[in-house]
Amino acid sequence: MISVFSPAGSIRQRLVLILLVVAAVLAGLLYLSVRTVADTAVEATQDAILGAATVAISEELRGGKDGLTIDIPYAAFSMLGATGQDRVFYRILVGDETVTGYADLPLPDVTLSGLNPTFASQVYQGVAVRTGAVSRSVLVDGVSQVVTVLVAQTRTAQDAISRQMANRAAALGLGFFVFAAVLSIFTARSVLTPLNRLAEAMERRGPQDLRPVERAVPAELVPLMHALNGFIARLRGALTRTEAFITEAAHHVRTPLATVRVQAEIALRQTDDDVTRATLRNVIRAVDDSARSAGQLLDHATVVYRSDQRADERLELGSLVLDVVDSFHPTADMRDITLRMEPPSEKIVLQFDRLLIESALRNLIDNAVKYSHADGFVDVHLAMVGAFGQVKVMDRGRGIGTSNTAKLARRFQRGENVGDVIGSGLGLTIVRDVARAIGGSFEIEERDGGGTCATLLLPLA
Amino acid sequence: MRHIIAAIGLTLCAGLVHAFEIEEETVFEGGSNQLSILSTTDTQAFAPLITAFQIANPDVTLRYTVANSQQVFAALQEGAAFDLAISSAMDLQLKLANDGFAKGHASTETMALPAWARWRDQLFAFAQEPVVMVASKAAFDGNPPRTRAELIDVLRSDPARYVGRIGTYDPVRSGAGYLFATQDVRQSESSWRLSEVVGGLDPQLFTTSGDMIAAVQSGDLALAYNVLGSYATARLDGGDAVVIEAVDFTHVLLRTALIPRTAERADLGAAFLNFLLSTEGQRLIENETGLPRINEAALAAGPHLRPIRLDPGLLVFVDPLMRQQFLNEWTAAVVQD
Repeated sequence: MISVFSPAGSIRQRLVLILLVVAAVLAGLLYLSVRTVADTAVEATQDAILGAATVAISEELRGGKDGLTIDIPYAAFSMLGATGQDRVFYRILVGDETVTGYADLPLPDVTLSGLNPTFASQVYQGVAVRTGAVSRSVLVDGVSQVVTVLVAQTRTAQDAISRQMANRAAALGLGFFVFAAVLSIFTARSVLTPLNRLAEAMERRGPQDLRPVERAVPAELVPLMHALNGFIARLRGALTRTEAFITEAAHHVRTPLATVRVQAEIALRQTDDDVTRATLRNVIRAVDDSARSAGQLLDHATVVYRSDQRADERLELGSLVLDVVDSFHPTADMRDITLRMEPPSEKIVLQFDRLLIESALRNLIDNAVKYSHADGFVDVHLAMVGAFGQVKVMDRGRGIGTSNTAKLARRFQRGENVGDVIGSGLGLTIVRDVARAIGGSFEIEERDGGGTCATLLLPLA
Repeated sequence: MRHIIAAIGLTLCAGLVHAFEIEEETVFEGGSNQLSILSTTDTQAFAPLITAFQIANPDVTLRYTVANSQQVFAALQEGAAFDLAISSAMDLQLKLANDGFAKGHASTETMALPAWARWRDQLFAFAQEPVVMVASKAAFDGNPPRTRAELIDVLRSDPARYVGRIGTYDPVRSGAGYLFATQDVRQSESSWRLSEVVGGLDPQLFTTSGDMIAAVQSGDLALAYNVLGSYATARLDGGDAVVIEAVDFTHVLLRTALIPRTAERADLGAAFLNFLLSTEGQRLIENETGLPRINEAALAAGPHLRPIRLDPGLLVFVDPLMRQQFLNEWTAAVVQD
C-alpha cells in the first residue's frame, strides 16, 4: 500500500539553505575583516612614508649663529611620489610664524612630538589630506626655538589601493561563498545518506515483511527506529491475533453447525412423521445457508486480511479451478446440476495468493450453482486473453435482471430477483476484492439465451 | 590662404592687459572658437603643429602667447585665462598642478602616455629632450670630454686655456637653467665641484640655449654646459661644434602641458593637448618642430639618459627659501668675483 504524502519541506533544502546563509554571513565577515585589515595596513604604510618625509625634513632643520637653516631633502618629497601621484603640501613654522610652505595648511589639534610624527586626516583646499607633523626645539643663536614641520598628502593613491583591496576582498568573499555553497550541497547529501538508505530499505520491504528493522543507523535516528520497530511489533501482534481469530471463528461456527446438520439428518432418517420430516429439512437447509454465510463472512474477512498480507506463489489456474469445481460436485449433485469444465489449451500460470484465488473461484461457482435451475448445467471456461487468464462461469439460471456488476459486487447487496434463494450478499464482493487485489477485473452480465455469465480476469505471472 | 598668420609680436593686444611679461603673441585666424595657449616654446617651432590642428579644426582661432617659464608660472598663479599652458619648466608646472591650478583631463591619448610622462590627470609631457653639452672640437684638441669628471680634469689641467670660454645658463634669470642646475645637484654631489671649477674660469652666463650654441659656433666659447639638445641638434651643421650627451648622466627634460583651472574653453585646450599627444601630433613634433617626441624606446636605448621625474621632489627647489639658499650657494661657487 503506497500512500501519497505531500512532504512538509525537504531536510536537504533546509540544510543547504541554512549552510548557504552561514556561508554568506561568513563571506561578508571575511570581506569586512579583509577590508579593515587592508585599509589599516595601507594607511599604516602611507603614514610610514609620510612620517619618514616629515622627519627627514625636520632633521635637516639646523640652528646656528646665523639663524635657522632649512634644507628640504629632495628625497623627502620624491619618496611621497613612490606609491602614487598624490599632491603634496607642507608648512614649516618657527614658533607661530610660518617661514615657508603653505601658510594656511591646518595644524593638527594635538600636541606634537619631536621624535614620532603625529598623523591626522584633514581637509585642505577642498580635498581630504593626511597630515604628518613633527615639532622639535632648535637652538638658534643660543635661543631655543620650537620648529614645526607639517607635510600633507592627498589620499588618491591610498584610496586607489583600498579600492583594489576591496575588490580583491570581494572576490575572496565571493570565492569563499561559492566554495562553501558547493561544500554545503555535498555536506547535505552526505548527512542525509543514512536517512535515504533507510527510506530505500523500508521501501524495498515486502508487505509481509514485519521483521524489526535492524540496520545500523546514526544516533539521531535511533528513537525513530525504536518507535518504528515498536509499531511493527504491535502490527505483527495485531495481525497474528486477527488471523488466529478468523481461524478460531471459522472453527467455532462451522463445527457446531456441522454437528447440528448431522444430528438433523439422523433424526430425519429415523422419523416417519411428515410434518417432523419437513421441519427437519427446513432445519438442514437453514443450517446449510448459515454455514455458507458464515463461510463467506470468514472468506471476506480472510480476503481483506490477506490482500494486505499476501503469500504469493506460482499457481496453475487449470488445476486450481478443477479442484474447486470438484469440491462442488456433491452440492451440485443434490440438485442434479451438471458442472462442466473446459480445460485450457495451455497452462495458465499466475503468481498470487492461493487462498484468495480459491476464495474467488469458490464464490463464483457457488453463486452459479445456487442460482442454477435443477437439472441445469454450469459451464466453467478457462482461456488466455492477452496478458490475462480468463475464468468464465456460466449458468442458465434466472440471470441478474437489471442489476450490473458494480451494484451486485457491493457488500451485502443482492440482486433484485434473488427470490427465495438465501444468500449473504458477500460472494461477489469477495470476487471483486480479489480481482482488485491481483490487478485483474471482474464482470458479471446476462448470458445470451438466459442465465448469467461471470468473467474473472487474472493477470499472468 | 585660409589661415592668416597675424604676427603681432612683442606688443600687447588691444584690450588685453597682462600683469606678466610676454615675448610674443600671434593670432592664427580661424573660425569663431577662441583657443588661447600660453607657451614657452617659440611660435616658429610650434607653427606647423598649429597649422595642422587648424586644418582638422577650421572653426578655431588660436591665440599663441609666448613668455618665459617664470612668467608663464606667474600668469597662471595670478589667474590669467588661458586654455592650455605649455612650459619646459617642469618644476613650475608641477607646482601649478600640485597647488590646484590645473584641470583634470583624461582621454585615450593621455592614458597612452607612459607613467613617467604624466602626473595625475593634470600634467602631460609631449616632448623629451636631453640636456647636453656643446663643445668646440678645436678647443679640446679634437677630443672633447664625455663625462663631467673628464671635463673637470681637462679644465683643471689647462685652466688658462678656458678662462672666459665656458658658458652655462644663469639660474637666476632662466627657469630652465635653474631646473638643470638643481637637478645636477640632486643627481650628483660632484656637480658642486664642477661648479667651483667652472666658477674659477670666469664663465659666461646666458639665458637661452640659442645664444650659447651661437657662442660656441663663433668660437667665443669652448664649451656650453646644460644646453637643450633639440636646439643644439637643429643648429649644428657638422662644423667644429659637437653635441655631447654626458655618459655619466644626461638629464632629459620633459616639455609639459596643462589645462589651467581658469581656462574659458577647456574643451579646446583639451583638444589641442590630445592633438599634441596623438600619433599625428607626435610625428609632427618630431619632424617639423625639431623637438624629440615622447619615446620610451629611446630612453631604454640610452642608459645615461635620466628623465627628470615628474614627482613632488620638484617642489623642493620651487620653495622660495630653498631657491634663495640654492642661488646663494650657486652664486658663491660660480660667480667668484
